[in-house]
Amino acid sequence: MIGFELVRRAAPSQAMQVIAPLQAVLLTLLAGLGLFALLGQDPLHAFHQFFIAPLSTPNGVSELLLKASPLCLIGLGLAIAYRANVWNIGAEGQMYIGGVFATGLAIHYQQQWGAFMLPSMIVAGALGGMLWAALTAWCRARFHASEILVSLMLTYVANLLIKYLVFGPWQDPQANNFPLTVAFEDNALFPLLAELGWDWFEGTRLNLSIVITLLAIPLAWVFSQRTFAGFQLAVSGSAPGAARYAGYKESRAVWIAMLMSGAAAGLAGVSEVAGPIGQLNDRWTPQYGFTAIIVAALARFNPLAVPVAALLMALLYLGGESVQIELQLPKSISEVFQGLLLMFLLGSEVLVRFRLRRRVSAARGDGQ
Amino acid sequence: MSVSITPLVASAVAAALPLLIAALGELVTERAGLLNLGVEGMMLLGALASFVAVTHGAGLPLAVACGLLAGMAGALVFGLLTISLQASQVATGLSLTILGTGISSFLGRGYVGYRAPASFEPIAVPWLSDLPIIGPLFELNILGYAAVVIMIAVGWLLARTRAGLALRSVGESPVVARALGLKVTRIRYAAVLFGGAMAGLAGTYYALAQLKMWQEGLTSGNGWIALALVVFATWRPGRVAIGALLFGGVTALGLWLQTVGVGVSTFALASLPYLATVVVLVSISADQQALRRFAPAALGKPFFDGD
Repeated sequence: MIGFELVRRAAPSQAMQVIAPLQAVLLTLLAGLGLFALLGQDPLHAFHQFFIAPLSTPNGVSELLLKASPLCLIGLGLAIAYRANVWNIGAEGQMYIGGVFATGLAIHYQQQWGAFMLPSMIVAGALGGMLWAALTAWCRARFHASEILVSLMLTYVANLLIKYLVFGPWQDPQANNFPLTVAFEDNALFPLLAELGWDWFEGTRLNLSIVITLLAIPLAWVFSQRTFAGFQLAVSGSAPGAARYAGYKESRAVWIAMLMSGAAAGLAGVSEVAGPIGQLNDRWTPQYGFTAIIVAALARFNPLAVPVAALLMALLYLGGESVQIELQLPKSISEVFQGLLLMFLLGSEVLVRFRLRRRVSAARGDGQ
Repeated sequence: MSVSITPLVASAVAAALPLLIAALGELVTERAGLLNLGVEGMMLLGALASFVAVTHGAGLPLAVACGLLAGMAGALVFGLLTISLQASQVATGLSLTILGTGISSFLGRGYVGYRAPASFEPIAVPWLSDLPIIGPLFELNILGYAAVVIMIAVGWLLARTRAGLALRSVGESPVVARALGLKVTRIRYAAVLFGGAMAGLAGTYYALAQLKMWQEGLTSGNGWIALALVVFATWRPGRVAIGALLFGGVTALGLWLQTVGVGVSTFALASLPYLATVVVLVSISADQQALRRFAPAALGKPFFDGD
């Protein structure tokens, strides 16, 4: 039918594991050129506006880091979970609840708790994310319910919970019925890097929460590569039969994977509400929790590759905003690029396990 | 109380029909051994295509065709990646949902808030539609009647025909099916495309029979609920209808309680269908033996035709 066929490789190709993501990025960029041309834009100009212009100023770079940080944090947690074959796709909801827990402390106690406010919010956010993830873990570990569907359903519920809070009990009385809480005070906000004497970041929104992400990267790597629990998770994911034979409990893997990815998502939620947002409202996230799924996949679940993937996805967000302002294209073009990138990645990854061979002859080839 | 039951049934049926359509498509896909998590994405593609078609002057039949084709286009991508290129079904389905959501909100940007110039309206079956309680079942729009026909056809096809047997054997054991001389790849593509067409039709239902206007993400997670329905129905078409009615009932109940004005937040009521999905999944999945007996044995497992 087609001139080529797939042949299974004896062992997965090491080289292709590196090449496949790069190939996917390249294909996405090419598709981007084509898409811009289809939309009647000068492809090179639009391409420049999307991928280059956002990075040409210090402010642009700091916005990139500001977006990459939560993506990276959630992506690290998801990479660990997916490695264990636990498909937590509800990180978005776990992030919401992390933000809700932190906000609950901030709006009720920010007068009394002084310097303990922010650290408490960080802990509360992580716990919130873990709690929401625990619901899914319990349904999966105890009742074998699909963690994919349960975690996603709970994301819709978490979204409605936020709506209830900001339209109801937590609404700022002075907000003219806008769905938002009071703005947090300084002790409930991450300090800006510029205020801490980093002059290069003067005038930017980059804040100290990026430190959490920077700490999480080596921690995630150490956990997955150097600890027994990390090893057990990886075995449960790649060879469930061997894991059972070795006596590793599947439910344990589910709990660890869900709680870790939930905590990471919850922390990302705190870094948003106590960072650039500075309050809770009903549409504070550009779906970092879903985009982080692509981050984890693009990094091939390798914690050290997650930051790179997160930067790339953050650039897609910025590019979308840039072409919206400069070329009046809808911002949601970012989502199209995200989806395309993931599709190309999945298509490219076939070459890790298979190679292409020219079909010898149709009659002999199909073994009839 | 009995006076208000009939409108409640009506709104339950209205909410159930698109779920039924999408879930039947996914059921066929899964009976062939493929788990396509892209239902939500394909639904949005179908919704957008049909809505755009109608807005630009196409008649309703052409709009339905556009919806079907858009869903099938999404399904084709899924098939290429998972059947031909051996990509992970879970990851591909997820990315299809992400891509479908992105494309529909990108291309639908200019249509937000537009009303559909033509839409599907209920057609009452004389006399039957006047019956109390079950009357609403006989006052559906054409897509709704089509859903019932599709359900019967799928049930009959799967259980009573040679093609259905072939489809089921591909989903139970593709290796054995191939040894029996069945064209596994071709059958799986057909099943996936049918799933896409049904998701596209369900999307069309939301765009042109239910909301009749365009808004971003108008399927609001119902594609995922359809996926849960297939599990709930333990992969049997008749039970999909019961499940869809139950879910429609929960949605309708939430809406009804809102209008009556009980002292519960509208947001809590709006979360009922999602919570119901979780409860149902948990209660069905707890009985692993029953689930294993009915689930297609090869569901979600990779199969490489070249080995």
